[in-house]
Amino acid sequence: MVKFNRFTLDNGLRVLVHEDHTTPMAVVNILYDVGARDENPQQTGFAHLFEHLMFGGSVNIPNYDEPLQRVGGENNAFTSNDITNYYITLPSANLETAFWLESDRMLSLAFSKKSLEVQRNVVIEEFKQRYLNQPYGDVWLKLRPLVYKKHPYRWATIGESIKHIEDAKIEDVKAFFKKHYNPQNAIMVVGGDVTLEQIKELSQKWFGTIPAGEKYHRDLPQEPLQHEVRRETVTAKVPLNDVYIAFQMEGRMDKAYYANELMSDILSRGHSSRLYKALVKENQIFSGVHAYISGSIDTGMFVFEGKLLENVSIEQAEAAIWEQLEILKSTDVPADEMTKVKNKTESTMIFSEMSLLDKGMNLAWFELLGDADLLNHETEKFLEVTPADIKEQANKLFRKDNSSTLIYLAEPVN
Amino acid sequence: MNINRKEAPEFRAIDNITLLHPEHIKLDNGCNIYCFNSGDAELVRIEWVFGNLRFDPAKPLLNVAVNTMISDGTKTRTAAQIADTIDFYGAFLQNEYGYDNSEVTLFSLNKHLPNTLPIIKDILTNSIFPQKELETYVRNQQQKLQVSLQKNDVAARRSFNKALYGDTIYGFGATADDYKTLRRDDILAHYSQMYQPSNCTILIAGKIEQQTLDLLKETFGASWENSAEKADNSQPTIHSSGEHFYFTEKPDALQSAIRMGMPLMNRTHPDFPSFQVLNTVLGGYFGSRLMANIREDKGYTYGIGSGMSSLKHAGAFFIATEVGAEVCKAAVSEIEKEINILKTELIPDEELALVKNYMLGSLLGSLENVFSHADKFKNLYFSGLGYDYYDRYTDTVKTITSDDLLALANKYLHFDNFYKVIVGKY
Repeated sequence: MVKFNRFTLDNGLRVLVHEDHTTPMAVVNILYDVGARDENPQQTGFAHLFEHLMFGGSVNIPNYDEPLQRVGGENNAFTSNDITNYYITLPSANLETAFWLESDRMLSLAFSKKSLEVQRNVVIEEFKQRYLNQPYGDVWLKLRPLVYKKHPYRWATIGESIKHIEDAKIEDVKAFFKKHYNPQNAIMVVGGDVTLEQIKELSQKWFGTIPAGEKYHRDLPQEPLQHEVRRETVTAKVPLNDVYIAFQMEGRMDKAYYANELMSDILSRGHSSRLYKALVKENQIFSGVHAYISGSIDTGMFVFEGKLLENVSIEQAEAAIWEQLEILKSTDVPADEMTKVKNKTESTMIFSEMSLLDKGMNLAWFELLGDADLLNHETEKFLEVTPADIKEQANKLFRKDNSSTLIYLAEPVN
Repeated sequence: MNINRKEAPEFRAIDNITLLHPEHIKLDNGCNIYCFNSGDAELVRIEWVFGNLRFDPAKPLLNVAVNTMISDGTKTRTAAQIADTIDFYGAFLQNEYGYDNSEVTLFSLNKHLPNTLPIIKDILTNSIFPQKELETYVRNQQQKLQVSLQKNDVAARRSFNKALYGDTIYGFGATADDYKTLRRDDILAHYSQMYQPSNCTILIAGKIEQQTLDLLKETFGASWENSAEKADNSQPTIHSSGEHFYFTEKPDALQSAIRMGMPLMNRTHPDFPSFQVLNTVLGGYFGSRLMANIREDKGYTYGIGSGMSSLKHAGAFFIATEVGAEVCKAAVSEIEKEINILKTELIPDEELALVKNYMLGSLLGSLENVFSHADKFKNLYFSGLGYDYYDRYTDTVKTITSDDLLALANKYLHFDNFYKVIVGKY
C-alpha cells in the first residue's frame, strides 16, 4: 500500500505527495505526458532528443546538473513511446533546490544553440552505441514497423534514422517545448522525508506562477487490428540465428492487460516457466528464449524471442514456440501454476515498495493512467484472472494472422 | 509571491550519515551470520556468501560453473522442481559469481521461509550437477559468449583485465574451448570443498523475527557439517603484462571501445578514500571533467566515466567509454589532457566543494533501505575493514584539499604508464 495525497495548482499542475519518514532522502519525479508517439513522422526521435536538451540550461539557470550535485542530489530521465520522465533524489533537507531547478525548466529553457549541437551528437553516438554497433541492436528499428502500420509506435524512441536527429532545428525545439512542456501536461510526485504542507507551500511558491499554457489534445491514428501474416528475414553480422515473433495486444488500460501479463509470466518468467523448461532444458532448441509484453498505453506488443542452437532450423524453432502457444490455447492452466504466477506478482509488488524512487515513479505513471490509487489495486486485478481468461486471451492473440515474425540469419563466416 | 529564480535556495551540507550495524551470531560449524533488522515490510533478503577457491588455470571455470549450476538439481529435487517451489512461494533465488566470492541470494516473504529455506539448504548440501544439465550449461554459455564477444566494450574489458591481472581469476576471460574442460567430478569436488559452513557468511536483512532466526540457525547450524577438506581461498600471485598497448581492429566499427588505466591500491590502503575524491572529479559522476569535456562539450560519446575496483588481492583504476570511431584518437588525447590538468592545476574550490557534497549526498542516498545497509557492510567485511572505514571516508571527503589532490594525482597518475586497450578503429 503506497499512501499519498494529491492537489492541483491553478495552472493545472497535478502534485502527489508520498510521505516516508524512514529515509533522510526525498525524490521529485516529474512525468511529462509526451512520448515518441507524439512526434511528427518526419521528425522522429525528437521527444528523446528533447529530454537531453532539458539538461542544457533553463531561462534563469545556466546549468542544471551542477547546482543539484552541489546539494548532494542525483538525477536522470528516460523517454518511452508514451512518456518522458525526469527524477531527482536528494537529501530532504535540500529539497527546495529541486523545486527551483524543475520549476525553472518548466517555465522556459535557455534554448542554446550550442546545447542543441552537442546533444545532437551525443544522441547520434547513443544511436550507434545502443542500436547499430551491437549484435541484434537494430531489432526494434525493424520489428516496430512490422507490427505497426499506422500508429506512431512504428518508430523507436531513439528515432527512425540518424538523419531525423541531424535535421533537428532550434525552432522545432521551441515549438515542442511550447506544445508539451507546461503544467497541464505534467504530473509531479514528491516522496520521502517531506510533509504535505511543506510540498503545498513549495509547489505554490515555485510552480504556481508558471502560465498554464495550452492543453495538448492527443489525436493519434490508432492501429487497425491485424489480419495478415507478416514476416521479414534479415541477414546480418550476428553470431547466432535469432527468431522474434510479435503479436498485437490490447493497450495498458484494457482489462485483458492482466491476463496478458500473467500469460507472459507463465511462458517465460524464471526457470520454472514453460518456455525455459520445454525449449531450453527438455528439448534443446534455444540457448535462451523469452516472452514479454510492451505494456504501452495504446495497442501493445506481446513478443517472443529465441536464439537458436546450432543444428536447429528456423522452421523447427518457430514450430516449437507455436506448439507452446497451442497448449495455452487448448488447455486450462493448472491451478498450481496460476497460483505460482499470482504469488510471484504479489511479492514483486511488495518488494518494489522497498524503493522510494520506484514508488514515486509508479504513482506518477498510474496517475497518468487515470488515478494513482490504481497502483494499490493492481495486485487484486491480477488475482482476479482465471484460467478461462488466459485461454480466451491466448486464442485471441496467438493467431498466425496476428503475428509479425522477424528472423535474423547469421551471415556465414568466411 | 516574489521569488528570485536566478539564485539557488539555501542548502545544508550533509553531516550525519548513520549506518546500521549488524548483530553477529557465530554458529558452531564456523558459519557467521550477520543480521540487519529494520523495516516494516514482512520480508527478508538472505545471502550465503562463499569464498572462491584457488584459481587453477587448467580448470579455470570451476568457480563460476559451480555457482551458476548449483540450483540445477539435488539428490531429491530436479532443477525444475527447485525453480517451481521457489516461484510458487513468490520468492526469488539468485546465484551471483564474483571475483572473490560467490553468492546464493534468497528474497522471500517471511511467511514463506519455512518452505523456501529448506530448498536453499538442499542446494547448498545436496547438489548433484547432473551430466545433462552440465551439457546444457556448456552449450548455452558457448553461445552467449559468441554474442558478447561481438560487443566492443566486452572485448576491451577482457583485454584490459588480462593485461592487468594475467593468469589469475581476475584476468581470466573464457573462450569457447575453456568450457570443454568442465568435468562433472571436478565440479563435485569443487562444490564440496567450497560450499561448506566454515567458508560461508550469511547476511540477513529485513524485518527479522525471532522465529526466522531460530529457523535459520536450525537449518544452517548443527545439521550442516563441514567437509573433510578446508576451503583453500588463496590465489596465485598476480603478474601484470609488460605490454601496455592493445589494439583490436574492427573495420566495420561505428564506435571504438576505449579502456585504460592501471593497477592501484584496494580499499584497505589509506589513500583509497582520497583517490575516490580524485576519481569523482575526473570521471565519477555525471558532471565530471571527462563527461563535461568529451560528452557535453565535444559530443564524442554517449557516456564516459572512470572508476576504481577494489578486490581482495588487487585494485585498479580505469577509464572506459565508447566513442565515434572517427574521433577515437581525439578522445584519447582529451583523456590525456584531463589527466595532466589534474597533475598541474589545483582543482578550483567551487568544483571541489561540489564534488564533496555530491559524494556525501550520494552515500546518504545509497542507503535507501535495509538491504543497502547490508551491502555497505559487505564492502567492509570482505575487505577486512571495520565501520571506522566509513568515518575515515566521510572525514577524508570533508577535509581533503586541492593541494592534497594535486599531490595525489602526481603520486599515482602517469598517463604514459597506463594500460590502454582499443577495440574498433584507431
